[in-house]
Amino acid sequence: MFTGFMVNAWEAATIVATVAGVVGFFVVLRGSAFPAHAIPNGAFAGAAGANLIGLNPLIGLGVFSLGAAFGIGALSRRGRKDAVTALALVMMLALGAAFLSLSTQYEPEIFSLLFGEILGVSSSQILPVALLGVVCIIAVGVLYRRLLLTSLAPDIAAARGLRPQRVETAFLIIVACATTMTVPVVGALLIFTLLIGPAAAARCFTNRTERAMLGSVVIALLTVWMAIACSYETNWPVGFYVSVFSASWYGIGRAYVAWHTTRVVLGEPPASMEVG
Amino acid sequence: MNAVRVFFEPGFFASGPVHVALVIGAVTAIVSAVVGVFTVVRGQSFAGHALTDVATTGGSGAFFFGISPLVGFIGSGVIGAGAMDLIGVQRVRSRDMATGIVLGSATGLAALFLYLDATKSATTGATQQILFGSIFTIDPSTIPLVVILSALTLAVIGLIYRPLLISSFSAELTRARGINLRGVGLLFMIAMAVSVGLSSIAVGSILSTALLIGPAATSVRLTSSIRAAMVLACALGVVAAWLGVLFAYDSFYWIPSSQGLPVSFFIVSLIFVFYLVSGLSIVRRGVDWLTRNNLPIGSTPALTSKAEL
Repeated sequence: MFTGFMVNAWEAATIVATVAGVVGFFVVLRGSAFPAHAIPNGAFAGAAGANLIGLNPLIGLGVFSLGAAFGIGALSRRGRKDAVTALALVMMLALGAAFLSLSTQYEPEIFSLLFGEILGVSSSQILPVALLGVVCIIAVGVLYRRLLLTSLAPDIAAARGLRPQRVETAFLIIVACATTMTVPVVGALLIFTLLIGPAAAARCFTNRTERAMLGSVVIALLTVWMAIACSYETNWPVGFYVSVFSASWYGIGRAYVAWHTTRVVLGEPPASMEVG
Repeated sequence: MNAVRVFFEPGFFASGPVHVALVIGAVTAIVSAVVGVFTVVRGQSFAGHALTDVATTGGSGAFFFGISPLVGFIGSGVIGAGAMDLIGVQRVRSRDMATGIVLGSATGLAALFLYLDATKSATTGATQQILFGSIFTIDPSTIPLVVILSALTLAVIGLIYRPLLISSFSAELTRARGINLRGVGLLFMIAMAVSVGLSSIAVGSILSTALLIGPAATSVRLTSSIRAAMVLACALGVVAAWLGVLFAYDSFYWIPSSQGLPVSFFIVSLIFVFYLVSGLSIVRRGVDWLTRNNLPIGSTPALTSKAEL
């Protein structure tokens, strides 16, 4: 389990889970789950397009995910954000369907881009994934306070002259960056699960932002490690195990909250999420 | 006759699959538009889209267990809607996350079912068919069932129309009138799940979301009355569906030696263009002017949805 091609899988999964834990924390905090689903899913169409004209699929993924981030950011200025996200997503998927109908070999391509092939990661794929991962983490670090302020205290953010639309577009670009790096490794559907589940679970356990973010990374790591081990033993898809484990973590989190709230009612002071 | 030929390639009106596609396209466009207007004004577009993926999971599960795909698509959608409600879809803050958790779990299950389907039958077409669907390959015998279920969905929306409208705009008014906010919300979610399940099986998951959100978002931008928005959304949806079917049919002849472009590509592109055009100020002013002229003398042009309450 820890030799040969499996080493690549463990390395790639660890990088992906760390980035997904950090970025996912903000996805859940900002209520950006829909764009976080739309960008990776739509980006798969870019890979299909790049494949059609003989380019590296990574270029197609990058172009489409960045295009989606800018498009959703620009269009939601003058429309409902969720409706705009839905429209951007279906437009990209429809383009993907058109690209696939024009190319001759499609079936395994779709399956691997949607569901990923983490057990088939080659060692040459690790370096680009790691580089983009570092870029994402640095970007989150630079925008850290701005992201927190615009999501937790919009009035303070406005008083300081922050433009929420700009911060949101910048954040969507980070999501796009994380997507480009992770889709070829874990697939479009799986990255979404990793972005939402661990972060949502972590928020149940603590109200402190740093702890919640750290918890999100730890839970994401545990989830992928357990998923790879189970997938290796049973041959069932990694994506299935990742979603089962993230949903379980969230269930445990909710149970903890329920238990905690009873204690709060019994006399402990209630707490709220603090900035910084 | 030559002018007609420019738009309609030979055989368009005689083709059986085209007739089926036109009927199914119109029925799903109308139901999706009516449900979609409420989906958009209630801010539940993400849930509306997520339910298509949940329905797709049900479809792949039905394929594996050998039960009717229609049961799989609609049953899983209803279960998904119930799960979202349970986690907390009624509160705006947790709605997004509840939808995300359900969507994530459903896609994980879909990954398993599609894997098992592939190992079980070794037919590679299943993934493609379940994920993308095609309006041209519908079995004509499913039309009556689709129409009946669509009518039922519309009837449910009609029954809960007023409480739904009130609860979409004002939580206080809902409470004041003694309406069960959660009950109405859940009923709407179930109606949405059935509508989305139907359209996913009939026209595929891409078109399902496109027909649900696109025409509704466009018409909500253009009119300020919810009824006018519904009528306009139905019209836009049917126009997009029919033109899309026509273009897809014609595209067999555009590119030599190809199988043509998918119908979903054309319908979605039309819907997307409608939405972009509706953002232009000249179009808004035009629609404003038109609706103002049609209003009876004395009524205010600034008719808002709240005024209908």
